[in-house]
Amino acid sequence: MLVSPSLILLGVFVYGFLGWNLRVSLSDWRGLRPDYAYAGTDNYQRLPDDTRFTDDVENVLVFTAVFVVGTLLLGFLLALLIERGVRGEGFFRGVFLFPMAISFIATAIIWRWLLNNAGGAQETGLNKLFGQVGLDFLANDWFKSRGTWAPAAIALPAGWALSGYVMALFLAGLRGVSDDLREAARVDGANEPRVFWHVVRPMLLPVVMSAVVILAHISLKTFDLMFAMDVESRKIETPALYMWFTTFDGLNFSRGAAIATLLVAGISVVVVPYIWYSIRMERRR
Amino acid sequence: MLLLGACGDDDDDSGGSAAISNEFEFFSWWTGGGDSEGKEALLALFADQNPDVEIVDSAIAGGAGTNAQAELANRLLADNPPDSYQRHAGKELVADIEADEVEDLDSLYDDEGWRDVFPEQLLDLITSDGKLYSVPVNIHRSNVLWYNPAVLDEVGIAAPPTTWDEFLTQATTLEAAGKIPLTVGPTWTQQHLLENVLLGELGPDVYSGLWDVSTDWESAEVVDALDMFTEVLGHSNLDSAAADWQPAIDPLIEGDAAYNVMGDWADTYFRVEKELTWETDYGATTSPGTDGVFNFLSDTFTLPQDAPHRETAIEWLKLAGSKEGQDTFNPVKGSIPARIDGDPSLYTDYLQVPFEDWTDPSTTIVGSLAHGVVADNAWKTEIDSALQEFVESGDAEGFAGAVKQAYEDTQN
Repeated sequence: MLVSPSLILLGVFVYGFLGWNLRVSLSDWRGLRPDYAYAGTDNYQRLPDDTRFTDDVENVLVFTAVFVVGTLLLGFLLALLIERGVRGEGFFRGVFLFPMAISFIATAIIWRWLLNNAGGAQETGLNKLFGQVGLDFLANDWFKSRGTWAPAAIALPAGWALSGYVMALFLAGLRGVSDDLREAARVDGANEPRVFWHVVRPMLLPVVMSAVVILAHISLKTFDLMFAMDVESRKIETPALYMWFTTFDGLNFSRGAAIATLLVAGISVVVVPYIWYSIRMERRR
Repeated sequence: MLLLGACGDDDDDSGGSAAISNEFEFFSWWTGGGDSEGKEALLALFADQNPDVEIVDSAIAGGAGTNAQAELANRLLADNPPDSYQRHAGKELVADIEADEVEDLDSLYDDEGWRDVFPEQLLDLITSDGKLYSVPVNIHRSNVLWYNPAVLDEVGIAAPPTTWDEFLTQATTLEAAGKIPLTVGPTWTQQHLLENVLLGELGPDVYSGLWDVSTDWESAEVVDALDMFTEVLGHSNLDSAAADWQPAIDPLIEGDAAYNVMGDWADTYFRVEKELTWETDYGATTSPGTDGVFNFLSDTFTLPQDAPHRETAIEWLKLAGSKEGQDTFNPVKGSIPARIDGDPSLYTDYLQVPFEDWTDPSTTIVGSLAHGVVADNAWKTEIDSALQEFVESGDAEGFAGAVKQAYEDTQN
C-alpha cells in the first residue's frame, strides 16, 4: 500500500509519457498544432536514409566506447592507487570526486577552452601547453578534427567529470573484499597478481556491471556537454541533439519523437540485461 | 510581509481589481550586449506611459534566439502565451500563423498609419496571406563585410573587395603574408556567409527567387555560386571555427585576419566591448557584389491569440511601432529603425551607413535566410542539416538537390 502512490506517478510520468511519445512518433505532427493522426512507421523508415541521423549514431557509438572504457580504466586506476594506501586519502577522494559536482555546461565551457585548436594569438589550452613543453606532435584538432574521432575528444571532459565517481564505486568494491579471503589465498601460496585475479576480480564484477550501466546510459543521453562545447556542430552531434533541433527548431515533432523512441530502445539494450542479471543474482541468494 | 507576498503572487486578472493586477508579460531573447540595454530603455518608456502596468520581462538567453524559441514553442503548445513575444520578421512566424496562435494586426497598421512609414518592400516580405501579423521594431543588415584596415595596409591591399572573385585574389596575397583572409564561426554564421555569397553572385532578383523556388536551385548559375561559397570557405579558418560570432571576430581585431561577414550588430562588439574607433580601427562595407542591396533582418513583436492582457499588449505594440519607441530603442541596441522617418542625428558612426541606405528609396531590399526572413523554421532546419553536410563535402549539386527536396517536403 505504501508504494502505490509512487507506482501511480511512475505509471503516468514514465510509462504514460513513453506511450505518448510512441504515439507522436507514429503520427505526422509538424508545426505548432498537435496532430495525432496515425501515419504509420514513416518516420522510422526515413531515419536510416537520413545521413544526419546515421552520422549521429556513429558519433554516439564512438563517444560511448571511448568514454565508458576510458572512465572505467581511469576510475579503477585511481581506486587502486588509493587502496594501496596514500597519505591524506580523504583529500584525494574529494579532489577526484569534485568534477562530478560541476554541471556539464560549465565543464564544457572549461574544456572548450582547453581543447581549442586555433593557432597564433588564439592558441590556448592543451595545444599551447604541449607547445611550451616541446610536445608539439601531441597538438591536434580535438573535437574539431575531421573524420570519426571528434566525439572521442568529448569523452575527455565527460571522463574527467565521472572518473572520480567510478573510483568511489571501485574503492567500495575493493574494500568489500575481506582480508580473510586474501590472507587465505596468500597462505595457499598465491602471489599478489594471482590473489587479485582469482580472489578480488570476481568480487568486483557487480561493481563493473553497475558502473558500465551508469556510464552507458549517461553517454546515450548526454546533451548539454555537446551543446555547450560547439553548438550545432555536426562533428559531435548525437541523436539526442538531433532530436532537440528537429523538434524545437524545425517543429518536426513526429521525427523528434521517433528519434527519442530509438534512444529509449538503445538505453534498454544496456539496462534490461542488467536488471535481468540483478534479479537472477538476488534469486540465487 | 504577508500582504506584500499576497500582492506579488497575484498573477491573474480574475481576482482583485484590474488596476493592481494589470501585468504585461514580455517575451524576448534580448539578454546581452546592447540588446538588453535597448530593451531596458524601451520598457522604461513603456512604464512611463503606463504607470499602472507591472512589466514581467521573460527573457531567455542564448544561441541567437534558438533557446527562447524552444521555450516559446512549449508555451504556445500549452496555450500559455505571453502577452507579446519576439520573432524575427518574415517566415519565422509562419508556423504560428498556421497554428492560429497570433492575431492579425491590419487594423492596427491602418489606425497608426504604419503602411506609409515602413518601406513597402519590407511590408511585402513580412506579409502572410495578405495580412500583417507582427510589428518590426528595428532593422539589422546582414550583408556587411567587416575588416581591419591595418591588416589591409600591411599587405598592400587598397580597398576591400567588391566581388567574390576579387576576394579570392586578395586571399592569395593575405595568405602569403600569413593572414587568415576570412573568419567564420558556428553553423549559423556559415549560413549567414552563404546567403551573402549567393546574394553577391546571383544578384537580388535571382537570390529572392531562391526562396519561392522560382529560381531553380539546381541550375548551373546557383551551383556555380555554391561552388564559390566552397572556394571562399577554403580561405577561411573553418577548421578551427569559433563557437560563437564574437570570438570569430577576435582574430580580425588582433590583426591575424582581414575579413568577417557578419550583421551590423558586430558594430556594438567593436565599438562598445572592444572600445575601437569606427573607420580607424575597424571598417565595414557591403559584402562583395551587394552594393545598393540591403539584406535585412528585423525583430518583431506579435499579439498572441488569447494574450492574457490584450489591451496592454496593443499599447505595447503601438509604442514598439512608433517613431518615439524606435528612436529610443535602436541607438542603444545598435540597430536602425524600421520606419523611414527616424531621427538621423541619433544614428552616428557606422550606423549612419545602414540608416542612409535603408531610407534611400532606390535601395533594393531582400531578406535574410539565417535570420528567419525568407524560409520558415521547418525548411530552414532542413537547410541547416544539408549545409553542414555541404560544408564538409563541398558537393554543391548535392546541397542544391537537398534544399529543393526539403522545400517540397516541408512546404505542403
